[in-house]
Amino acid sequence: MTIDISQFYQVFFDEAEELLAEMERLLLAVDLDAPDAEDLNAIFRTAHSVKGGASTFGVTDMSEITHVLETLLDRIRKGEMALTGEHVDAFLAAKDILKMQLDGHRLGSAVDQDAVGNVRMMLQSLAQDVPVVALAPVAPAYNAVETKVVDHSGGRRYRLELPAMPHREVQALGEELGLMGHVSITPLDKDRNAMLVTTHESLDDVIAICSFVLNPDDMIVTELPALDDAQAAKERAARNQVEADLGYGFFDTTELKPAAAGEGYGFFQPLDEIRANAAAGSEDAQGYGFFQPVEQIRAAAGIVIETPPEEEKKVVKKEEKEKEKAPAHAGAESASIRVSIEKVDQLINLVGELVITQAMIEQRVDTLDPMVHERLLNSVGQLTRNTRDLQEAVMSIRMMPMDFVFSRFPRMVRDLAHKLGKKVDFITNGAATELDKGLIERIVDPLTHLVRNSIDHGIEMPEVRRAGGKSDAGRLFLSASHQGGNIIIEVSDDGGGLNRERILAKAEQNGLPVTENMSDAEVWQLIFAPGFSTADVVTDVSGRGVGMDVVKRNITAMGGVVDIRSAKGFGTTISISLPLTLAILDGMSIRVGDEIYILPLGFVIESLQPVPEDVKEISGKGRVIKVRGEYLPLVPLHQMFDIAPRFTDPCQGIVIIVETDGRKAGLFVDDLVGQQQVVVKNLESNYRKVAGISGATILGDGGVSLILDVAALIRSSRQLADESIFSS
Amino acid sequence: MAEIQSNVAQANEIAGHEYLAFKLGTEEYGIDILKVQEIRGYEAVTRIANAPEFIKGVINLRGIIIPVVDMRIKFHLGDPVYDQFTVVIILNINGRIVGMVVDSVSDVTTLTPEQVKPAPEMGTAFSTDYMIGLGTIDERMLILVNIDKLMSSPEMGLMDQLAAA
Repeated sequence: MTIDISQFYQVFFDEAEELLAEMERLLLAVDLDAPDAEDLNAIFRTAHSVKGGASTFGVTDMSEITHVLETLLDRIRKGEMALTGEHVDAFLAAKDILKMQLDGHRLGSAVDQDAVGNVRMMLQSLAQDVPVVALAPVAPAYNAVETKVVDHSGGRRYRLELPAMPHREVQALGEELGLMGHVSITPLDKDRNAMLVTTHESLDDVIAICSFVLNPDDMIVTELPALDDAQAAKERAARNQVEADLGYGFFDTTELKPAAAGEGYGFFQPLDEIRANAAAGSEDAQGYGFFQPVEQIRAAAGIVIETPPEEEKKVVKKEEKEKEKAPAHAGAESASIRVSIEKVDQLINLVGELVITQAMIEQRVDTLDPMVHERLLNSVGQLTRNTRDLQEAVMSIRMMPMDFVFSRFPRMVRDLAHKLGKKVDFITNGAATELDKGLIERIVDPLTHLVRNSIDHGIEMPEVRRAGGKSDAGRLFLSASHQGGNIIIEVSDDGGGLNRERILAKAEQNGLPVTENMSDAEVWQLIFAPGFSTADVVTDVSGRGVGMDVVKRNITAMGGVVDIRSAKGFGTTISISLPLTLAILDGMSIRVGDEIYILPLGFVIESLQPVPEDVKEISGKGRVIKVRGEYLPLVPLHQMFDIAPRFTDPCQGIVIIVETDGRKAGLFVDDLVGQQQVVVKNLESNYRKVAGISGATILGDGGVSLILDVAALIRSSRQLADESIFSS
Repeated sequence: MAEIQSNVAQANEIAGHEYLAFKLGTEEYGIDILKVQEIRGYEAVTRIANAPEFIKGVINLRGIIIPVVDMRIKFHLGDPVYDQFTVVIILNINGRIVGMVVDSVSDVTTLTPEQVKPAPEMGTAFSTDYMIGLGTIDERMLILVNIDKLMSSPEMGLMDQLAAA
């Protein structure tokens, strides 16, 4: 029997995609000045996992790139290289390439081989760069420098007396020279150090390296005689001692001191003296190659004297923390499982059915005598509670944290700000706020548009900001929070704000009805008009005027509302209010003839029974109703849906004032039945789109009721007389 | 040669099939049993405004909303009567679920290729495009319908044409 490996491909694809997203998130979060070792390790792990998966499944192109990436990352995390912005850029580019390759395998999309080659070249050239100064001078040296140990036995020994210079530079120079041979640093007096170099390289090379950091003329160079055998033996002993001590607290000075003193050559004696007594015998360097040569350990120990002990403790602590963190991380991974959305939907459907069945039972038992059937009624009551809990729990499976959306933006903001030459600090808040998966997917595009707009139009160039007394970097907030049954998502910037005059002028030019005394809120709503853009220059980012109308339409389609607040010079906030889930809706059931329809409560303003004087006929084609001085079109639902109604006179039935897209209308129905939460079902999954209907729901008795599409009803009311709204 | 082989293959395909026989008026029809998900009695439907007459409306099938088509109205075969014998055949057409109202369901029969004759160019309520052929069992004649093709055709108006394409 053979195992079909292809069934695991999907798992690999999903996993790789997640890992790449994680890598990007970590890369964007990494602090260039003081990279956290945990972060670097985490980035490395993601690359390593992708590589592992790729090689298992024979996806060689991906494993090749990850291999190069991993090599470079490995050097950085070991501290052989400092992390630079260039590296992060290269890693992000590599991540994009990997994503492209992944999509290539999964979806069969095109892979740009030139780009792949470029990124690989870039990574390779970065990996080959001469190692730069170790990240943190006080970091444990045995971790920081794991360079190849050069066998320098029999090499020449030079004593370099350095001029006064910062400690950091001395350390850096020491490490640089360490590549050529063995180096030890001895403090002479304040700010001055002497360095002993044992190497096979020529003196000229040594001086050439020194000249990177100092003027060679300021340095006193003397050549020392080679060490004899006795000295070599002593040095070995010293090294053994140090290594033994390493096991329990290398940085614990009090531990080391007596031990060193006991041996007769104080660990903290000037290294010059040790050197004088010690032997040159480093031919066994390989033997201890796991750690660095003893000279460097001493050099590091020498620094210990000068640095505050707290710092070392911090380093040690950090490592402990990392150890502690590892199992926790593993635990977090196993705490969730991947389930296909169909299975969840199926479960939700089944629970929905259960709820309906339960409601039916409840209706039946209501008619029973409570005295005779007390126990049955109790059981039904318990069933009711359990079903409600079950439904709630099942619905929550669909909920996902907003982080799924937010995590896409840091990269976009970074790239976009870079492209436009702006500085943007991106701040998110409420990433843990949960939203229905269906909504999460649909909110991404509108949000992306708003974020782009904020960076392109909202936040000013650094010079402009400075002139306006603001910080160079604009701030862009993205936040999500719960507010009652809604979730509020806000995109907020501290940029220039909307320009009232320009919007008004542009609106007039576009033929929109405007007046000078419109309120600000009304003016801001104008930017949602199709084809509206106040941008002077069309950039490739935005400004073509497509978008805001689409944003508004998408959000409205999700049952949401968009609101703008803006103050000139202080920024703009665009606030989106969405229902928590698309699957449940607050509805009002209305009756026309024998049929019951559900009207989403969000559209309803009020309902009333008009007096005959308020209903007027317009050229025999339609009627309007006067509500508080406003004439609203009257939409008779029975006429729209071709139902035989109970009432044809609005004064006998009920008129519900509905509003959408800022337009109001009076919906004329027979009766209001009640208000209830309904589970929204898609009509199109088995049937087709029906004009005037946005979906369906199942009522307590198991029957189906259709949900009205208010926007479409208002739209089509004008052509009602001569056109059927069912168009095939 | 190749043509003969393909004909044989086609015939075998038909031969392997079992058909569900149902009645519309006086005519007897047959559809591929594998397309049938279940058979239910007729229950109240929710009318859809402005839909063609043969689309009775939608029903709740264990939590999913499905359209119900009355084939007797669609094919103009007698007056539709809804009683305890009226049957709704629930079909699964490429993952979409549709209910089909018929007068009654008779049985499931296996037809050999020899029993399936090509459809004549006349006389049935619908275009021969949607017919597989005529099945004969002794004195009975089944009109074998390619139900997939019929239900997803534009004339049924059961799905948006974008989705059907």
